[in-house]
Amino acid sequence: MQQLTEIRWHARAGQGAVTAAKLVAETALAADQYMQAMPEYGPERMGAPIKAFTRISPEPIDIHCNIENPDVVIVLDDSLLDIVDVAEGLVSDGAIIVNTCTPPDAIKRALGLADSITVACVDASGIALDTIKRDIPNTPMVGALAKVTGAVDIDSVKSLLEKTFGKKFGQEIIDANLASVDRAYEEVKAV
Amino acid sequence: MPEQKTVATTGNSVVAEAFRQCAPDVVPAYPITPQTTIVEEFAKFVAQGRVHAEYVTVESEHSAMSACIGASAAGARVMTATSSQGLALMWEELHIASGMRLPIVMANANRALSAPINIHCDHSDAMGARDTGWVMLFAETAQEAYDNTIMSVLIAEDPEVLLPVMTCLDGFITTHSIDRVQLMDDESVAGFVGEYVPQNALLDTDNPVSHGNFAGLGGPYFEFKRAQREAIDRSKAVVERVGKAFSDLSGRPFALIETDMMDDADVAIVVIGSTAGNVRHVAKQMRAEGLKAGVVKVRCFRPFPHAELAAALSSVKAVAVLDRAESFGAEGGPLYLETRSALYDLEHRMPVVNYVYGLGGSDVKLELIRSVFDDLSDIATGTPALHGPMYLGAR
Repeated sequence: MQQLTEIRWHARAGQGAVTAAKLVAETALAADQYMQAMPEYGPERMGAPIKAFTRISPEPIDIHCNIENPDVVIVLDDSLLDIVDVAEGLVSDGAIIVNTCTPPDAIKRALGLADSITVACVDASGIALDTIKRDIPNTPMVGALAKVTGAVDIDSVKSLLEKTFGKKFGQEIIDANLASVDRAYEEVKAV
Repeated sequence: MPEQKTVATTGNSVVAEAFRQCAPDVVPAYPITPQTTIVEEFAKFVAQGRVHAEYVTVESEHSAMSACIGASAAGARVMTATSSQGLALMWEELHIASGMRLPIVMANANRALSAPINIHCDHSDAMGARDTGWVMLFAETAQEAYDNTIMSVLIAEDPEVLLPVMTCLDGFITTHSIDRVQLMDDESVAGFVGEYVPQNALLDTDNPVSHGNFAGLGGPYFEFKRAQREAIDRSKAVVERVGKAFSDLSGRPFALIETDMMDDADVAIVVIGSTAGNVRHVAKQMRAEGLKAGVVKVRCFRPFPHAELAAALSSVKAVAVLDRAESFGAEGGPLYLETRSALYDLEHRMPVVNYVYGLGGSDVKLELIRSVFDDLSDIATGTPALHGPMYLGAR
């Protein structure tokens, strides 16, 4: 297993990036890993571009600083691609996962990314609208993360979703979220 | 050893959990920014009936500490939390709490002070309160914040001490980040902190006392202050004793200062709070590259462990002290002043340099820590030490 995986999240405030980062952290804990998940706090307004960071490691994590060279970048809103340098500092064999209808080769060209970088795209918003009936792309994106990187385990993600959502929501909402994770896992396309 | 539950959660959450487990009688708090979610989560515990405490919301931090003082003088176990401008607004009450020898426990999320406006991490708030007579513990991680909070109750209430304790954790970096933490079961914590038996309770009508009287014009004010000095000096042994007991219970280490790779170190960095992790990480890299680097983390800042620090640093060739706070106009930051003073009596005095870093949440990048070790390596081999403080990473 890789020593340390560093993930950077790009989203707009209100899209659930922090919740997704927390879900990933809890999945890591379930696998007896160490983790950090930290949002970057600033003036908070719905819709403003935000970043969040997740570290996962089999060893205790000592460092407390921003992630500048992520192994994985997750973009929850493709309108950020034009205004934020989402690939900044991405390691040369890293992966970028985008919630978009655009195919991955077009994104790769648009961002001018090297061939060594994996670009993966999934219509997480569309999946969320179909299943959860709201444009909350965060949980399906965790499904895509599981498929593309293996940083988290899909079954572990689903069992945690059931456990944490089970306290607050009915079975219908839980099933919808589980379906969204499965669909994103199946539908994500990478180049 | 008690059963412990491993969770992934924030520093604020585990401090709130520690509050609940320590079962305070009264928690007064100003519930609006710059407050932390510690009291928000604690309020929820009260509403859920999971802790039987009087949760009092007040109109300012000045009032929050006033209510703490009143409740503590009455004989209650009292806890609260604050941050940044909130701590600054409590200033006169901080002195009253320690002067009346009230064992209040307060969590402080270390955050910057205005102006200019900034909500992020630094130690300016707590360091501004370093002479108010409170015992002060600092956490590197959410785990240490949880552990320190539980220990603080026993330290404050020890009959040899009877002083308020401030338990500090780094704003956002520790308070808002999710980290892996081990929590003890409720019974073990309850057993560890025990029932509070107040020493001089106003509500103990069989033994009437008064607090905070006029002591001027030939009164015993001066002697009261000496008694406070003696109490905080005595608290050092109590912090160590409570830390040892907690360490035995939890299986996690505690010391006034925690050292890494210091046995044969040529150069060392002295640091407080979450940045200690960054320094440890880089020190290991420097070791791999041949520099004998070491780390000294100060976990208890008041009382300051001068003797322990001097012993740990006695054989190094150069020391850098990292301050996440200013002491404007002084020779350097607060930790630097303490460290330099601690080293004065050593037979072999080494160069000590000071870096101010991370003010207002400025990111503590690993290459900045590396640059400090590079400087130390040069100084240890004869390059003259610069007179600081140097602003690490300032543009």
